[in-house]
Amino acid sequence: MSELKEELKGKIIEQLNLEDVSVADIADDDALFGDGLGLDSIDALELIVMLDKDYGIRLSDPKEGKKIFESVQVMADYIQEHRTK
Amino acid sequence: MVSLNGNVLFSEVPITIGAEDFSTFIKNAYKFLQTDYSKFFKMDNLSKLAFLAADVLLKKENLNEEENNIALIFSNKASSLDTDRKHQAAIENDAEYFPSPAVFVYTLPNICLGEISIKHRLYSENSFFIFARFNAEHLQLYANSLLRSGKAEKVLCGWVDLDENSYDAFLYLVEKQGEIEHKTEEITRLYNIL
Repeated sequence: MSELKEELKGKIIEQLNLEDVSVADIADDDALFGDGLGLDSIDALELIVMLDKDYGIRLSDPKEGKKIFESVQVMADYIQEHRTK
Repeated sequence: MVSLNGNVLFSEVPITIGAEDFSTFIKNAYKFLQTDYSKFFKMDNLSKLAFLAADVLLKKENLNEEENNIALIFSNKASSLDTDRKHQAAIENDAEYFPSPAVFVYTLPNICLGEISIKHRLYSENSFFIFARFNAEHLQLYANSLLRSGKAEKVLCGWVDLDENSYDAFLYLVEKQGEIEHKTEEITRLYNIL
């Protein structure tokens, strides 16, 4: 699980072009949206694509993303349970 | 190199010929010019180029924090081809069909005008034209028409072209009263010497 969380942080930084943010800057429970990393709606769509591409998880309802993308910890828990690759 | 009114603001000497790719240049210029905009690194390369060029000019203008009536007339040759290719690469293989929303939203050249308008609060007319070459005649006619009709107080005009590591941005601000006459020959002369 710890490895997955580190992997997720790296992917978030790279795919969302978070300049000057390092893996060490993101705590497992930091909010990804709002006051946390300040991600926006396009970032949310990127994360949905990432779940599909890298973990074989397709969200049928984009509203699900609001809960799943709450933090790296919540994302990792969801991926662990639902991943197909 | 980045210059304003002929004065070099930022220049980077590549270590070896060809070593200065666009990403390195724009990142160093952004930091050197102390541009502070959280969304900058999320933009595509054309928008980064247009945004930074416009920012160099507009931050000297003491703009209103609420609203500014500055129209934008931009042009280029390559349209958004640089980003279009990235999008195409993501969708050409049916087995690996994962288009990136963050890339797709930039598959139009005029998106860069939105980025500039948001930053500088420009609630004004804007247009992006594709030409085979730098077209001073068009910029002059359109800008003068906007100023004459009162649709804009100022017009930010120019050429912002980018395709991979080939890039070129030339912008100028025109208003009813100014030091240099807004005529085709002068625009072309300035474009060619910069």
